[in-house]
Amino acid sequence: MIRPEADTLLEIVDLQARVEDKPILKGVNLTIKAGEIHAVMGRNGSGKSTLSKVLAGHPAYTVTGGSVRYRGADLLDLEPEQRARLGLFLGFQYPVEIPGVSNLEFLRVSTNARRMEKGEEELDTFAFEDLVRERLQVVQMDPAFLERSVNEGFSGGEKKRNEILQMALLDPLVAILDETDSGLDIDALRIVAGGVNHLASPDNATLLITHYQRLLDVITPDYVHVMAGGRILRTGGKELALELEDRGYDWVDQELAVLEVA
Amino acid sequence: MVAAMSNSAAVTASTWITNFLERLPAPAGELEAVQWRGREALSRQPLPSRRQEDWRFTDLAPLTALAPVPSPSSAQVGWPAPATDVFRLWLDAPDDFLNGQSLPAGLSLLSSDEVQQALGHTLAACNCEQHWPVELNQASATRVLALRVSGAVAPTLELVSQAAEDGVMRPVRVLLLLEEKASLEVLQIQLGSGCSLSSLVMEAHLGRESKLRHGLLALGEGQACFLGHLAVEQEPRSQLESVWASHGWALSRFEPRVVQVDGEATTTLKALQLADGQQLVDTHSRVEFRGPEGQLDQLHKAIADDRGRSVFNGAVKVPRAAQRTNASQLSRNLLLSNQARIDTKPELEIVADDVRCAHGATVSRLQTDELFYLQSRGLSAAVAAGLLKRGFCEEVLRALPAAAAAWRPLQRMLGED
Repeated sequence: MIRPEADTLLEIVDLQARVEDKPILKGVNLTIKAGEIHAVMGRNGSGKSTLSKVLAGHPAYTVTGGSVRYRGADLLDLEPEQRARLGLFLGFQYPVEIPGVSNLEFLRVSTNARRMEKGEEELDTFAFEDLVRERLQVVQMDPAFLERSVNEGFSGGEKKRNEILQMALLDPLVAILDETDSGLDIDALRIVAGGVNHLASPDNATLLITHYQRLLDVITPDYVHVMAGGRILRTGGKELALELEDRGYDWVDQELAVLEVA
Repeated sequence: MVAAMSNSAAVTASTWITNFLERLPAPAGELEAVQWRGREALSRQPLPSRRQEDWRFTDLAPLTALAPVPSPSSAQVGWPAPATDVFRLWLDAPDDFLNGQSLPAGLSLLSSDEVQQALGHTLAACNCEQHWPVELNQASATRVLALRVSGAVAPTLELVSQAAEDGVMRPVRVLLLLEEKASLEVLQIQLGSGCSLSSLVMEAHLGRESKLRHGLLALGEGQACFLGHLAVEQEPRSQLESVWASHGWALSRFEPRVVQVDGEATTTLKALQLADGQQLVDTHSRVEFRGPEGQLDQLHKAIADDRGRSVFNGAVKVPRAAQRTNASQLSRNLLLSNQARIDTKPELEIVADDVRCAHGATVSRLQTDELFYLQSRGLSAAVAAGLLKRGFCEEVLRALPAAAAAWRPLQRMLGED
């Protein structure tokens, strides 16, 4: 939903970042307002996953230039946990398995960290169970997964549902979903996408990072950005995704080549 | 200079044992003969030194800094009420172990003739009857809790020993004979604080198709030291599950030894040991298959922080007679400080050719990706690290007998109490 008068939630200006000595992001510009759904597409290695990790504060990446403002504050100044508490959410491409840590306990501790930041009261075990059982329906997840260790032995689809469940509990303002569609069969994709659609509102925004058009058949983006060589090469509406689907990424490579020569 | 130093260390060690023997009361009671033998052995045998392979990483200085004297206890400090379905015995009680209680159905005391006959049998079968910590226990222990187990015993047998006073030694000796098809769950609690020494020697003989679930929670503080030996003989189709957890001792050395006398038995060993401050925690385990088709599943986990040091040596012996043995051993370690140290060594001796023996060892820090995942959900780095440590510990602790929960092992081991 594009509204010119909506608040700007995230403003990325000329963002540059590297991992070890390798520059990956080479000047990304992107502004996201409340109510909008953005999709970032691109080949493997174009920098789109790096963008999501830099925004969430992964310690392996070093920002070498540019700025990111989140609701007016300097995002890059904040620890990863502060970003999360303030409403930035990253849905992982590969959710991490944590043996021995109960999924339910983990969800409760993280939900309470976010609630405290919003000035809401902490939920005790019982109140939280009520909330989590209600939110489970968003992703049609079996409550048995609450009793297991975080993501341990979950199938690919179960892990992604667990990510969207966390998103439903944390109630983020900006949700970045990194290849949430990868490894999902069509039914799981519909459930996960249904959850994302259900959670989208005029007050929050979603940034979908994806490889394929098929996710965008079920979640309609307001903007599609094409990333290559660590930059956003082109921005358009949802028709840009269809064009990519039709023409492939070759023309992107050609544009990038022209740009890098210049 | 070096020679002079090691010379003086040797003098100190021999003086320590002379002084220790002089402080012991005259041998008496049902174990009088055992005490004589133990003292005789100690007077001849030098203290273990780091020149011996088995003690290479284990400095006895925290032990020789103590001057312990065996004595019965007078107090139970900080004990929770026994959980329901738990039969608790206080192994340091001034009077007899039972103190007027009658044993639950399926448990009976061995007669002194039976004790004479059986005591030390399993230690010898496990080749550790002359180990120094065993002799130390034998020289000092004045009594033994010797039980026969028949049929399925319903309550969990909880055996508690606590050394909470400076200068005391608590030698605990236990002997369990499980008859054919008997089953028992035992939880041992060893607590130590101040300048004290806890010494445990436990033997168990598992008859055919019997089942022993054994848990040992050894929690120390301050200068307290712990020396423990567990020796188990398993007849065919018996099942042993032993889970132990140790933390907080200035020095802890535990040696579980299992022999499957004719193979065909199942052995499950799980352990968790933590060393922080300047602590040293050492486990030397040994499992020997003397017949075919035995099974072993062993998981040993350790965390070393601050200047703590963790040692694990896991011997598995599969001689020619032990065809079709299926054994796995995994050692997983977390190293949380630059000054901490972990030494872990599998020691597999496989002669039989038709066997499956897997082993592995990992030493790592907390994983960056796991920490980041938790942080990205709003958990501070410290809380995230704590949760990961808890998760690491819980895998072993939740395998302890249910009665262990009353002692709050996780909270005590992670210092959250």
